[in-house]
This record gives sequence, C-alpha cells and structure tokens, in this order.
Amino acid sequence: MALRQKAVILDADAMTRALRRMSHEVVERHGGVSGLWLVGIRRRGVPLAQRLAAEMAAFERAQVPIGELDITLYRDDLTTSHERPQVGRTQMPGDPRGKTIVLVDDVLYTGRTVRAALDALIDLGRPKQIQLAVLIDRGHRELPLRADFVGKNVPTSRLEVVEVRLRETDGRDEVAIMEQVGATP
Amino acid sequence: MTAAVGGWTALQHLCDLDGWTASDLEGLLDTAESMAEILRRPIPRVPALRGRTVLLLFYEASTRTRHSFELACKALGADSLSLAAATSSAAKGESLLDTLRTARTLGADAVAMRHPDSGAAALAAAAGLLPVINAGDGAHAHPTQALADLFAVRRRLGRLADLRLTIVGDVLHSRVARSAAQGFRACGALVTLCGPPPLVPPHAGPALGARVEHDLARAVTGADVVMALRVQRERQEQGLVPGAADYRAGWGLDAQRLQSLCPQALVLHPGPVNRGVELSPEVLDLPQAVVGEQVTAGVAVRMAVLYRILESEGAEGA
Repeated sequence: MALRQKAVILDADAMTRALRRMSHEVVERHGGVSGLWLVGIRRRGVPLAQRLAAEMAAFERAQVPIGELDITLYRDDLTTSHERPQVGRTQMPGDPRGKTIVLVDDVLYTGRTVRAALDALIDLGRPKQIQLAVLIDRGHRELPLRADFVGKNVPTSRLEVVEVRLRETDGRDEVAIMEQVGATP
Repeated sequence: MTAAVGGWTALQHLCDLDGWTASDLEGLLDTAESMAEILRRPIPRVPALRGRTVLLLFYEASTRTRHSFELACKALGADSLSLAAATSSAAKGESLLDTLRTARTLGADAVAMRHPDSGAAALAAAAGLLPVINAGDGAHAHPTQALADLFAVRRRLGRLADLRLTIVGDVLHSRVARSAAQGFRACGALVTLCGPPPLVPPHAGPALGARVEHDLARAVTGADVVMALRVQRERQEQGLVPGAADYRAGWGLDAQRLQSLCPQALVLHPGPVNRGVELSPEVLDLPQAVVGEQVTAGVAVRMAVLYRILESEGAEGA
C-alpha cells in the first residue's frame, strides 16, 4: 500500500502550542500536580508525556513523574496486524495505587490501544483515576472511549493514515495526513 | 528454524540453537528482559497468550524446566497441559507422534517436550503437527537452558561478546553444554571445555567451536564465566568417570580454587547440583554464583520463546 502525504495538519509550532495548552488543562483539571503521573504509551506517547511534564515543570516548578507503558502483550489485534512490534519495557515511577494517571498517546483512533493500555495499567495496581491525553483524535472509535485532553480533533477517512512525527523518534515535529495512492473512498 | 519477516524473526520451532546469530539471540534476550519486568510485578500475569494451550510433554524427569515452562505459560495467560510421560520403550518415534496428534486434537497450540533420545524434538518438529520447543533431547540440545544462562550472564556482566566461558564436566553427554557452547559462541564468547578426558574427547572442541583443556587450573584461569555440569551417577557406573572423590580432586570447584584461579568469574550450574562433587556447597553462597538467577532467568526466556512462537501462530484472537 503506497501512501502519499495529503496535508500537514500540525507543524512544530502548532504542536508545541497544543502541548502547552494541554499541559495547562491537565494541571487546571487536577488542581496542581500533586499525586499526578504522566504515563506515555510506547513509543510516541513517551516523548509526548515528557514534553507535557517539561511544560508543567516550567509553570508549576514541580517535576511530574513519568512512566512508560508497553502494551504489546495486551493487544487484541496481534495476529491480525502485519507489523510485529518488539515487546518493550514497562517502567513506572513507583506504585500506581492512589495516583491520578494521565495516559498519553499520539493518536486516538479505534480506541483499542487505549483499551489495552487501561488493562496494562490496572494490572500494575489500582490508580485513583485514569485520564487520557492524545495529540490527535481522528475519530472512528470502535469502543466506548473518549479522550479527556485533545491536542487537535481531525476528521479523517478510514482510508487515511495519520502520521505523528516527533523529534525524538522521527527527527522533526509535525503531524501529517497520508492517503492511499489510487484508493477509492 | 527461523525465518526473517520484516526485520522480525518469526520462530516456528526451537529445537536447538543451530544457525542462531548474535542478533537473533540478543533480540530474544531483549524480549526476555520485558518478560522479567512482568515477573517482578505483584501480579505477574499478562493476557498475551490467553486462550492458547501449551502441552508439556516430559518423557524424562525434570523439576525446574517443567515448572518454569508452567510458570511462563501462567504469566502469559496461556493454559498448560501436562501429559504424563509415556514410558513405553517400544516404537518411541511413533508413540511420540501419536501423542502429539492426540494433543493437537485436544486443542494444544504448541508443545514443550523433553525426551531421552537425541533428535526427538527435531523429529516432532518435522512432523509438522505442532510448534515444538525442545526442553532437552538426549545428549543433543537444551536451548532454553542456554538462553537462560545467556540472559543471567548478560544481566550480571552487561555483555556477551568476548567473554571467556569455561564449561567443566561431562561435556560428552551434556545437552546443556552443547547448547550453551553454541549460544555463547554465537554471541562472541570464547568457549573452553574441560573435564576428564573420556568425557571431554578432543573432537568435542572443533564440533562446538571450542578449545579443549583437560587441566582445570589452565582451563579456568582468566575465565569470566565458569559453568559446572552435573556429574551423572550412571556415567560413573559405566566407568567413564572416576569416583566422586577423584572427580572432586581433579575437576570439582570449591571456593578456594575459584578464589585462586578466577576470583572474578561467575559460576553457573544447570542444576540439580551434586553438592560436594562438581561444586562444593559453599560455592552456591558466593556472590559470584548465578545458580539462583538462572532459575528466574529460565522463566523469563521461556516466556519470550513461547510468545515468539505462539503470537505468530493461528489467526484468531482479534
């Protein structure tokens, strides 16, 4: 399946502004950063969680603990997907019991990744509350889930692919919509 | 038996470590590191292999290997099914395959098997009935034990390349030694085999890409890792090894010997240990003994192997 870039929907500056706004929203909703953890879903959720934490550190003068969650072993679509991701490591800053955890991911689509992440997270202990922050919500949910904090809502077709590129993983910051070449909608 | 699929090595069977490269092995050990994290959780269980059944088929006694396969299945959410060893000596090949057919009918998705005959795992794999994981076949191979040793050593020393490993004991009859020598060598270690000459024949060296040195002091001096093998009593009865006292005098490892010959070396033993023969009891309490870690490493690497084999099997689960 060949993909062609259709449009850049978020450039580096817009991404920074979106993350900055989201970090304020999280802190406002939570009334501070005490008892708050940011847990990134591997891989691109992790650098996004770090950036949200860096924003919060700048205006709250406190370091929010960051966790990394690998959900490979919780996926329900392993045998149907073509890519076979390497099983990564899950690392938490401590015992999640009693914490408010903001799960961070790059794109919210069917909701299956988040479903797997919720299972993975709850297996580690019972947090007080779990919220969800995503850079892009592209719709087409297959599960009854929604995000608490969204960088940008983007209406998409199922034939399109949303690619989030980050400095840490891809060398630059941008979000692009890719379309299949020759596909009929 | 591996096939590269888009940079990921799909594993169909694990009969031995033939053809495994350093990057294959390191990749599997990386997966095992993730599995080890799961094992440290308060509730060490993930649903990755939920609904899958693994047959544990042991034609030979085993404690730690069978239990670690069971724990590995549990931790990944798979069911395990232990079939009592069919001890009929007649037509072993046929009865083994019939047992696998039955297991498949009962819903098994893979088999981890131990068999007294070398080549039994390969025979089972060639039948194409189920994915086969060799849990030890005769004097041939014990790949998951070698993976556990690699994992435990990499954990302690941070690397495998350029390590000097000395294997001491009954190399001739040891599937553990064969697989360990292969695995460590593939990862870039220099392997030395040592023991009584009837049990470490000169031809064993070239076959495993290892050096043979019958003198213990020369073999372990400067070693980074020393692996002591279990001395099997039945070999003594066959007259291949001297009595326990003579073995201990020539090739037994005690704290004093280790201290003077290779004070830094890690000490491995596949277990169960004959205390006072190949290892003195105090050696197991030394900080350089990795014997306990080998057992936990065994669960993590078996999880990694089961996951690699079963996640690519079948199409249901979505």
